[in-house]
Amino acid sequence: MTNIVNNLGIIIYATLIYMTPLTYAALGSCFSEVSGVVNIGIEGMMTAGAFTGTVVAYFTGSPWIGFLCGGLAGMLFGALHAFATVKLGADQTISGTAINMLGPGIVIMLARVMFDSTDTIPLDASMKIPRLFKGVFDTSTVFGRFLDNVFANYASTYLVFVAVIIVWFVFYKTRFGLRLRACGEHPQACETLGIDVIKMRFLCVSISGFLSGLGGACVTMAISNQFRPISIVGQGFIAIAAVIFGKFRPHGALLGCILFGLCSGLKVVLGGSSGVNMQILSMIPYAVTVIVLVLFVGSAHVPSANGKPFVRTK
Amino acid sequence: MKKTVAIILTICMVFALCACGKGSASTASAKIKIGMVTDVGGVNDKSFNQTSWEGLQALQAEDPSFEVKYLESKTDADYQTNINTFIDEGYDLIICVGYMLADATRAAAEANPNQKFAIIDDDTCADLPNVACLMFAQEQASYLVGIVAGSYTESKTVGYVQGMVFPSMNKFGVGFISGVLSVCPDAKILQYNANNFGDSAAGAAAAKDMITKGADVIYHAAGGTGMGVIEACNEEGIWAIGVDTDQSNLAPDHVLTSAMKRVDTASQDISKSVKDGNFTAGVHLYDLSNNGVGIAPTTTHISDEVLAKVKQAMEDIGAGKIVVPTVAEEVPEFTLAD
Repeated sequence: MTNIVNNLGIIIYATLIYMTPLTYAALGSCFSEVSGVVNIGIEGMMTAGAFTGTVVAYFTGSPWIGFLCGGLAGMLFGALHAFATVKLGADQTISGTAINMLGPGIVIMLARVMFDSTDTIPLDASMKIPRLFKGVFDTSTVFGRFLDNVFANYASTYLVFVAVIIVWFVFYKTRFGLRLRACGEHPQACETLGIDVIKMRFLCVSISGFLSGLGGACVTMAISNQFRPISIVGQGFIAIAAVIFGKFRPHGALLGCILFGLCSGLKVVLGGSSGVNMQILSMIPYAVTVIVLVLFVGSAHVPSANGKPFVRTK
Repeated sequence: MKKTVAIILTICMVFALCACGKGSASTASAKIKIGMVTDVGGVNDKSFNQTSWEGLQALQAEDPSFEVKYLESKTDADYQTNINTFIDEGYDLIICVGYMLADATRAAAEANPNQKFAIIDDDTCADLPNVACLMFAQEQASYLVGIVAGSYTESKTVGYVQGMVFPSMNKFGVGFISGVLSVCPDAKILQYNANNFGDSAAGAAAAKDMITKGADVIYHAAGGTGMGVIEACNEEGIWAIGVDTDQSNLAPDHVLTSAMKRVDTASQDISKSVKDGNFTAGVHLYDLSNNGVGIAPTTTHISDEVLAKVKQAMEDIGAGKIVVPTVAEEVPEFTLAD
């Protein structure tokens, strides 16, 4: 019984720490894709956020300023992607690939210049994103430890659930959301109705970068306490997969991220109790993602104008 | 107009990508040229790539007749290319960092019998006449930190996270477990193979799992995954033990000690041997007797009593009274399997 409660607690804990950065990035991806711009540069924007977040937190001593600046750094790369694809009509896949190379390239160069190393200086506990309810539960009892594992989580994790609700509200309950979705479906029609498609898409891709940057900052400011070149390795692409899995809806993407996190949590618990081949366990999150994608993607509705540059007719 | 701007931007991006290469400073032929090829961890991995490069830089600063340069490998496919670059530029010695370069090193060494190579953490190339295999007795360093862990655990439960199951990695685990059991025979040792050197979330979750199950000291030999382990220990207020370098700066209050591998000394030694003309191929073993491995110099958290135990163990290992196991089969408590 003790074992079951302990393992359950760990699975939930691992699910939460894996899903948090992914969900921020997935929300970002939603914004971009739904407005009609393919954004595979999420990974690069996350890297920018991961680096900037720790650096700013280190110099200001404030995790929240760092977290915000992480988002802004992602936004800068988002704006670059938007400039190339929305304003200049460049190929969206190629621009996204360029962002994925440019992001890590620039931050590693900056890290070398600033710290003479590709890693940033480890953050003190006070500069990290705080854990809510830390020390509230009595960890000497099994149940208290369970509650601690489940609820004494990073503030960024609680915040991401709020963010999902906000994004859902914006998408489906506001005029802005309706226009956003319309831009991804039929930009020409929007333009005839007086919606500035270029402006909308530019804004959405920038927001996409901002949320991805926040996701990156979660990795380096919560799970670990410094940026390293291997901090962001593939999370951006998993987030994109989660968005497709969630049929381009924020709440669907959340489910996708939870599923991936859950599989990663299982990997940790099963790997610790040994007996199961680790190579197979390591495959679980990816195998499940691929299987689920294959089974679900057929019925997903891709925004009709996604990936097509919008050229304003004079 | 827009097209022109797009083209210019594209060109800028391409150039930004190409500008990552590292130029060499001097071309004086009288110098002893030492080239180092990193594995995918990169030159700032806070581990053997970095230590090795720092050793070479110190050597160059100390003796200007050396010229040192490194090439970073981004993927496994870069190993061969980087080695060939150094061969083409006429380097006197090529140091390949890590067992992951073993195949590339063997191929290059067989194709270029007059080129001298050194490889770190690999002895499969020991049969070649032009490759020096720099091996470390990491099990001895792990044994020492195991003694510290066994002395500091109150719950008699310690944790161990490994980055990958592989003979040279397993040495960390068997040494550590033997060390723990030597001072705390009834200790329970929780183990986890992350199968990944770069997943800090997995490290954090595994450490949290171990802490939930009662562990109060956790050792990692898992590179970037270990960053998550150390951070989880730091947050939960238990002891973490670092690896390869003195990792106490990562969490000064909760890193108890670290198992050190002096890759810097080894790289310097082999470079000097090339200059002095007494380079020898085959296995060069770095262990406690020649300070090739050891325990971190930061000992602020360790009591004199435990330090005395560690010193005693060092003497006993030196005198052959203790033989630290090196393979998984000798330590039944080691349960990680690939």
